Amino acid sequence: MTEASKVDEMGVGQGTDTTAADLTRFDQDTIDKAQQIIARYPRSRSALLPMLHLVQSVEGHVSQAGVAFCAAQLGLSTAEVSAVATFYTMYKRRPCGEHLVSVCTNTLCAALGGDAIYARLREHLGSDGRPLGHEETSGEPGQPGSITLEHAECLAACDLAPVLQVNYEFFDNQTPESALELVKALQRGERPAPTRGAPLTDFRQAELQLAGFFEGREADLDGPSAADETVRGARLAAERGWTAPPMPDDAQLPPVPEKK
Amino acid sequence: MAATEQTAALTPVLTKRWLSPKSWTLRTYEQLEGYTALRTALAAHPDQLIQLVKDSGLRGRGGAGFPTGMKWGFIPQNDGKPHYLVINADEGEPGTCKDVPLMMADPHSLIEGIIITAYAIRANFAAIYVRGEVLHCIRRLNAAVREAYQAGYLGKNILDSGFDLDVVVHAGAGAYICGEETALLDSLEGKRGQPRLKPPFPATAGLYASPTVVNNVETIASVPYIVNGGSDWFRSMGRDKSPGPKIYSLSGHVTRPGQYEAPMGSTLRDLLELAGGMKDGIPLKFWTPGGSSTPLFTAEHLDVPLDFEGAAQAGSMLGTTALQIFNETVSVPWAVMKWTQFYEHESCGKCTPCREGTYWLAQILERMVRGEGRPEDIDTLLDVCDNIFGRSFCALGDGAVSPIVSGIKYFRHEFLELCETNRANLADRAQQAEQRPVLAGANQ
Repeated sequence: MTEASKVDEMGVGQGTDTTAADLTRFDQDTIDKAQQIIARYPRSRSALLPMLHLVQSVEGHVSQAGVAFCAAQLGLSTAEVSAVATFYTMYKRRPCGEHLVSVCTNTLCAALGGDAIYARLREHLGSDGRPLGHEETSGEPGQPGSITLEHAECLAACDLAPVLQVNYEFFDNQTPESALELVKALQRGERPAPTRGAPLTDFRQAELQLAGFFEGREADLDGPSAADETVRGARLAAERGWTAPPMPDDAQLPPVPEKK
Repeated sequence: MAATEQTAALTPVLTKRWLSPKSWTLRTYEQLEGYTALRTALAAHPDQLIQLVKDSGLRGRGGAGFPTGMKWGFIPQNDGKPHYLVINADEGEPGTCKDVPLMMADPHSLIEGIIITAYAIRANFAAIYVRGEVLHCIRRLNAAVREAYQAGYLGKNILDSGFDLDVVVHAGAGAYICGEETALLDSLEGKRGQPRLKPPFPATAGLYASPTVVNNVETIASVPYIVNGGSDWFRSMGRDKSPGPKIYSLSGHVTRPGQYEAPMGSTLRDLLELAGGMKDGIPLKFWTPGGSSTPLFTAEHLDVPLDFEGAAQAGSMLGTTALQIFNETVSVPWAVMKWTQFYEHESCGKCTPCREGTYWLAQILERMVRGEGRPEDIDTLLDVCDNIFGRSFCALGDGAVSPIVSGIKYFRHEFLELCETNRANLADRAQQAEQRPVLAGANQ
């Protein structure tokens, strides 16, 4: 990664002139989508978080131009948008790779191997004897096979620990070896199937879905979601014939309460 | 409450449909009694539904356990303002993994619950605030909302009742603090997710300063079953003050981790048996009853009834029933350090005790785990915790000190041993490599 690309592209605290930001990368289709997001809410500003996801689907991160685009769409100042964009972990301040690999290193995953997985991937993706750092990219951002690595906080899949995600699709019950194989496959341009989730695309297309646009990807819905762990209780109950008490046939609602 | 002796160890209600093929589709949901409660509800007076949920004793499944019907009853009626329903689907409390599988497997149960709840509190707009990192879940929710619109369960004049409701699925962007309800509301308004001063509470000034109910996913998904089964049926599971079934999430060093839906008040001993016991027979050392923000339990607490009262009486909290289970190979100071690093990262920075406190707590713990601690560090940790607990703007600060205070309470000797190791190291640096604490990290 070059020094230049390490510059914080949101321009926070740099006093840069955002009116000069180049908005041409946001075409009419993106503007239309931004307006569709606004239409979902009673008040326009609620559209800001999904709109920042939309920006990442175009840019692979949120640049100063992305901030200016949201500000223009919503009638906010760039300072107001920057304040929000810099608060949330998922908005990336530097260009991301084709894929974003997030390894859970919270306590439980870490105890079961998450720390070892993260260390192995850092080492593999690093260069010149230096392990890759948090939110750094191996390869040229946006190019095929490039990978941004991060350690993540609890990903709500603790029964499947240790877990990692690629573009927010789950790869469950990982080991350092399986994670390394996965990342090597991504670098070769392959797209291994997640344990739970849809067939992999790339970081930008995942961000488009997070913004609420799913056109043409209806088949994604059928990607697996229930691991053995997920349905263990339900399956055990079925095997043993355990059920909740039966519901009465004539459950009554209480009468309308009297006004006090 | 003395249940009948034949009580089943597991009572699948919310999780029952998860075994069905394509359980997330409207077609499957309708084949399995889906949207029948909605018809009953829309034929009733909204206040009857609020009373029903009060009678059922349903308490919030997001951690705090606030009575759901009472929360709905706080919404002022005929106030001329729009009302809102917001679903807290920002599941991120370490160890918690129940809402995400529920929304992936059975999103329509949440949507049916949303429609009934919105009708009860007279809201015409509802948002599902789901954390951004669970894309597949967001996909399924969006599809379920689309299906519900197409079938006439959402939109204008739902099932000819005259009731209108719009639902939006809103993806968050990676901030644990947004699980705090007022931070969530600020985030949903397009701002930084920082908690608000209370009062005013969301019931009077929530989303866009209008009356708002914020409820957890599991809470609202329970509502259709209560409408269909009645409050007495719901109370036939669990205990008097904590009725109903609950999804217990077992993770960590157990043979068969997973989601187990059991009556409120089940114990870890019961649940461990269902999960095949401790993995490889290595004994239990410590566990969280409801995520990392709830004080740790030990093997002494195997028989604590896991409901709101039982967990509190034993010195912890039920939280999200996220049972993270650790065996003897895991160092308590190390685990506590990892959790503290999490709180340090997720502190929103709004208030000083939490922002500064978590920063220093992490530094001290990191030093101890490196083997550079001193015995007086333990007092410093407790002193800092004392200055965070009850003095922070929101509950994140209180949660941050839970693992530290409880970890020291039950395992002070481990913290001291780290300091002893340090003293020995200083005395004889030559042997440092051999004397590294074996418990400094798990499985390494």
